[in-house]
Amino acid sequence: MKIVKEALAGTLESSDLLVKVAPVTEERLEIVIESEVMRQFGAQIRKVVEETLAKLGVSAGQIVVEDKGALDCAIRARIQAAVLRGADQQQIEWSKLS
Amino acid sequence: MNAILNQTLLAEPALKGLEVFQNFAQHTPYLKDAQQKLTRKIVPSLEEAVRRAGLKDGMTISFHHAFREGDKTINNVVQLLADMGFRNLTLASSSLLSCNAPLIEHIRNGVVTRIYTSGMRGKLAEAISNGLMENPVHIHSHGGRVHLIQSGELKIDVAFLGVSACDEFGNANGVSGKSRCGSLGYAKVDAQFADKVILLTEEFVSFPNTPASISQDQVDYIVKVEQVGDPSKISVGAARVTSNPRELMIARYAADVIEHSGYFKNGFSLQTGSGASSTAATRFLEHRMRKADIKAAFALGGITGGIVDLHRKGLIEKLIDTQSFDADAADSLRESPNHIEVSTNEYANPSSKGTYCDRVDVVILSALEIDLDFNVNVITGSDGVMRGASGGHSDVAAAANLSIVVAPLIRSRIPTVVKHVTTVVTPGECVGVLVTDHGIAVNPNRPDVAERLKAAGLPVMTIQELYARSVSISGEPAPIEFLDRIVGVIRYRDGSVIDVVRQVKP
Repeated sequence: MKIVKEALAGTLESSDLLVKVAPVTEERLEIVIESEVMRQFGAQIRKVVEETLAKLGVSAGQIVVEDKGALDCAIRARIQAAVLRGADQQQIEWSKLS
Repeated sequence: MNAILNQTLLAEPALKGLEVFQNFAQHTPYLKDAQQKLTRKIVPSLEEAVRRAGLKDGMTISFHHAFREGDKTINNVVQLLADMGFRNLTLASSSLLSCNAPLIEHIRNGVVTRIYTSGMRGKLAEAISNGLMENPVHIHSHGGRVHLIQSGELKIDVAFLGVSACDEFGNANGVSGKSRCGSLGYAKVDAQFADKVILLTEEFVSFPNTPASISQDQVDYIVKVEQVGDPSKISVGAARVTSNPRELMIARYAADVIEHSGYFKNGFSLQTGSGASSTAATRFLEHRMRKADIKAAFALGGITGGIVDLHRKGLIEKLIDTQSFDADAADSLRESPNHIEVSTNEYANPSSKGTYCDRVDVVILSALEIDLDFNVNVITGSDGVMRGASGGHSDVAAAANLSIVVAPLIRSRIPTVVKHVTTVVTPGECVGVLVTDHGIAVNPNRPDVAERLKAAGLPVMTIQELYARSVSISGEPAPIEFLDRIVGVIRYRDGSVIDVVRQVKP
């Protein structure tokens, strides 16, 4: 999946996260993660973000995550939503997202 | 006459060293001056008061924190002392809060080099956790502070006590004047034990100002200042009122636990600590008390509007108040003859001759973390940074017949139930029940309570089960890395060291 425009998903409420995606000129992934629980869960958050992007087939783009202590399921959902919006996907194959 | 008497005093070995009478005002010269007699303690500026009190580098200064986040005294006084060039002071405030961030600069500049406090929050706490101070901060409980003072470890040279109003002689309380904080339970101790006491007052009221929480015979100097504190900010932060449904649910469970604890009988006594769920539990008690026709003999605290409400409705006979958590509590202290102000010595000092906390049946307390042995941390966040206060936690947990700890199982993503708490403040042996939004765990040392709660149909499970549940939801947090350097010493209420806090790895 290719990110073709800027898109947002999520909020900055406690236990949620805000994901911003944007296209980049070079063919590479740039992932920036900020989290209130960085010390305890930083590695786990990065793992979930990377896995979710890989599953969506995203190999290029800027992904900025501002996490407010969200659980893995919320992180996955927000990444998916932001990427689908940024990739301008109209037909969503829901079964592939779970 | 005096010359002859003086000869006698000198000649008689048994009378040697005694002073001969001169005149009635020899040692009380102000009695000869009608104006002096009334206003001799009133000093035109704080700077002058500090000079007269004889403050020197290296001495210990103290404050009370009854205004909590609205305090205007601590920062202003330390700023003045910095401007006057003092260095190397020990700061002994009964506690410190987020509003005290300006102290960082004074610590950096060597004005304050040692701190004794019940806790700290915000930027100050973060800076200290990251190694701001050379000497570790001593964290004490409210009762333990009095113990440290009485034992001589903490010798207060000059106490700076902010009050809303006092008379010309220094009779002061927290229920007269404009900025009323309510109980002066902390300040009473400093007024009693400090070498010199400087009152900072917003206004003078007519003599005699009663009741005198701080009495004229304890006060050396009085300075009028613009503002000592903003009482509207007392109930900010830890003392807030919640409408969060999860916190209310925990509060309701806590009320259920009280009801079925075995202590819910006519004439029982209770305390609710700070923290949203803890203070909210009182809201759920009224109905249960009416249904069973039960009245409480007294509530201790940390008095909140919720507790005052039960008192006004006749469900709690007396309120014993060492700190008023909101305007309702401060008003009640002024109005109700059965709302009684007590010092922290009477409240919880383990070496006091008698403390109210020893008579508490049930207490509800908060926790940042609680571990599988029921040890409680209320001082460091799970990122290792100090962000709380010891308060009366370990005092009342030790003394009460049953301590109930309330906490959400997970805060955002941070589990509350952990294998080992980051810092022990209250030992697990003092904790009877843990109430979370996912279930209730009873300390194995209280099988009696476990049996009663199970019989009442409450969701009782083991603390291991709660732990497993929290890990399954949030994942296992990575351990926090610390440096070797010690930034905080946790003093148990008896003065012993129960844990240390190390500097967080940057």
